[in-house]
Amino acid sequence: MTTHAESTPIQTPRQSRRRFLRWRPDQQWEGYLFLLPSLLGFLFFVALPVVISLLLSFVEWNLLTQPIWVGLANYRQLLTRDPVFWRVVGNTVFFMVTIVPLQLCFGLLLAVALNQAIRGALIYRVVYFMPVVTTIVAGAIVFQFLLNRDFGLISQWIWDLGRLTGLPIQPPDFLNSTFWSKPAVVILTLWKNVGFTMVIYLAALQGVPQELYDAANVDGANAWQRFLRVTIPLISPTTFFLFIIQMIGAFQLFTEAYTMTRGGPAQSTLTVVYYIYQNAFQFGRMGKASAIAWFLFVFIFLFTWLQTRLQRRWVYYETES
Amino acid sequence: MTTLAEPGTPGQARGQLPLAAQLGLQTLLIVGSALVLLPFLIMLFVSLMPKEVILTRAFALQLTTLDNYVQLFKAVPFGRFYWNSFVVAVATTTIQILTASLAAFAFARLRFRGRDGLFLVYLATLMIPFQVTMIPNFILVRYLSWYNTYQALILPSAFSVFSTFLMRQYFMGVPLDLDEAARMDGAGSWRIWAQVIMPLSGPVLATLAIFNFQASWNDFLWPLVITNSIEMRTIPVGLSSFQGQYNTEWNLLMAGSVIALLPILIIYIIGQNWFVRGIAFSGLGGR
Repeated sequence: MTTHAESTPIQTPRQSRRRFLRWRPDQQWEGYLFLLPSLLGFLFFVALPVVISLLLSFVEWNLLTQPIWVGLANYRQLLTRDPVFWRVVGNTVFFMVTIVPLQLCFGLLLAVALNQAIRGALIYRVVYFMPVVTTIVAGAIVFQFLLNRDFGLISQWIWDLGRLTGLPIQPPDFLNSTFWSKPAVVILTLWKNVGFTMVIYLAALQGVPQELYDAANVDGANAWQRFLRVTIPLISPTTFFLFIIQMIGAFQLFTEAYTMTRGGPAQSTLTVVYYIYQNAFQFGRMGKASAIAWFLFVFIFLFTWLQTRLQRRWVYYETES
Repeated sequence: MTTLAEPGTPGQARGQLPLAAQLGLQTLLIVGSALVLLPFLIMLFVSLMPKEVILTRAFALQLTTLDNYVQLFKAVPFGRFYWNSFVVAVATTTIQILTASLAAFAFARLRFRGRDGLFLVYLATLMIPFQVTMIPNFILVRYLSWYNTYQALILPSAFSVFSTFLMRQYFMGVPLDLDEAARMDGAGSWRIWAQVIMPLSGPVLATLAIFNFQASWNDFLWPLVITNSIEMRTIPVGLSSFQGQYNTEWNLLMAGSVIALLPILIIYIIGQNWFVRGIAFSGLGGR
């Protein structure tokens, strides 16, 4: 079975590498045998569906009648004659530009605090990461309760604040207002994800060499200057990386909006993925839903391309071991 | 694999902080923790309160009762949800680790025609969002009459390109001399996979297993579209439909939330370090 067993047993690593790279007729069928289970799953559940999805985006089909070929009509309709599509894109962009910066700020703040020689750091990490492992549905239920205008704790705090200061402050009706429903989803998402951002930042902060801080100290920099001039630039690759993956994640926001507000009120928290879900599984428009999914893909492709283009900048992070 | 140091380890300490800074940081971290923990505590507290006092806010510790939990288990088959989630998460994770490690071994260790081209095709699909393949998968599953079955919940998410990719990277780092030595001793590829590469890959296998288990346990969109009967719901989707039915019965909803969170939180507290590593570093690339 092995063709090289009779060759000399003593070799340098270089020789062994070259021999490994040589043609291996005995591994022709073996390679595909190892690959087979994965390849079958890949073909059926990834590769084939991608092709079908693209084809679907050119048809009109409700799964019951025959599909009708409509060419680019689904795309054209979305771009020119569907105000709801532009509304869901707008909502999604709102979530991206609020959730991502807030998450980066809070995550960095907590990570910097935890990176100090501080008592109980491990316990804090356990606590902050707790929502990351939990089901978002349970989080949504509690936040609906907390934000309820009539008996929610957060609303109560705002009432109390108004009473104490004598100012005419009233709690917003988070879940029934088309304006405040979005912040409600943002709050839930931040609570759920900030621990993740914190842990990644923590790893980056621990990669900043102590010598740089010492040198800055010698030059008379104070803590704030050290943070701005040493920490921020040195962890910028991580910031950029987190920014990219969180923009992609926020563009795919669905579960938070579904469980918290069911996309409402009046479509104010309807997101792009939610609109895909509605079209495919509630309105039976498989073609249109697929077309929206391809818009999503193009967006993610652009961001991933941006990421790989600039990957060299954070390569230390991936090779460090 | 990137290593993740403990927070606040002595080696990383930025010198001793003055007392005022210590106090300031502790205050910040305690307030933050309180905000993060508050939803969990409220959930537990309300779940132990009788229904009547919730709207009047006349909470009192002596009213504590387990009635909500008794009522909950009568109204909703949470045991069944647990079982479904458990079966799906364990099966998905096991199949994924097995198929991905076999494929990664082929990509990293065997020479055969078309290998690099195939690997490129795998890589190219990494950035395709789940939502693109979701609709064809839904149609495929219905065509196979798998709608509302375990196969439908498990198989479409059991073949992970990302896991394959991560394992291949790891296997590439294992010295080739080990394979050569094993082959000289007469071992075939199967034995090298099972007795050389896999035993040396403990950390990456554990990391991926935890990440995939957790992702499968908490998955929402796919189980939502592919199941329709209460008997086939997993915990998140079961809890969500319960939320839709009992949307004002806060005492029951909170009890349901506590029940839904309990197992994963217990596992998390026990293996928190592994969890943080697994989710943080697989999540970075895995989305």
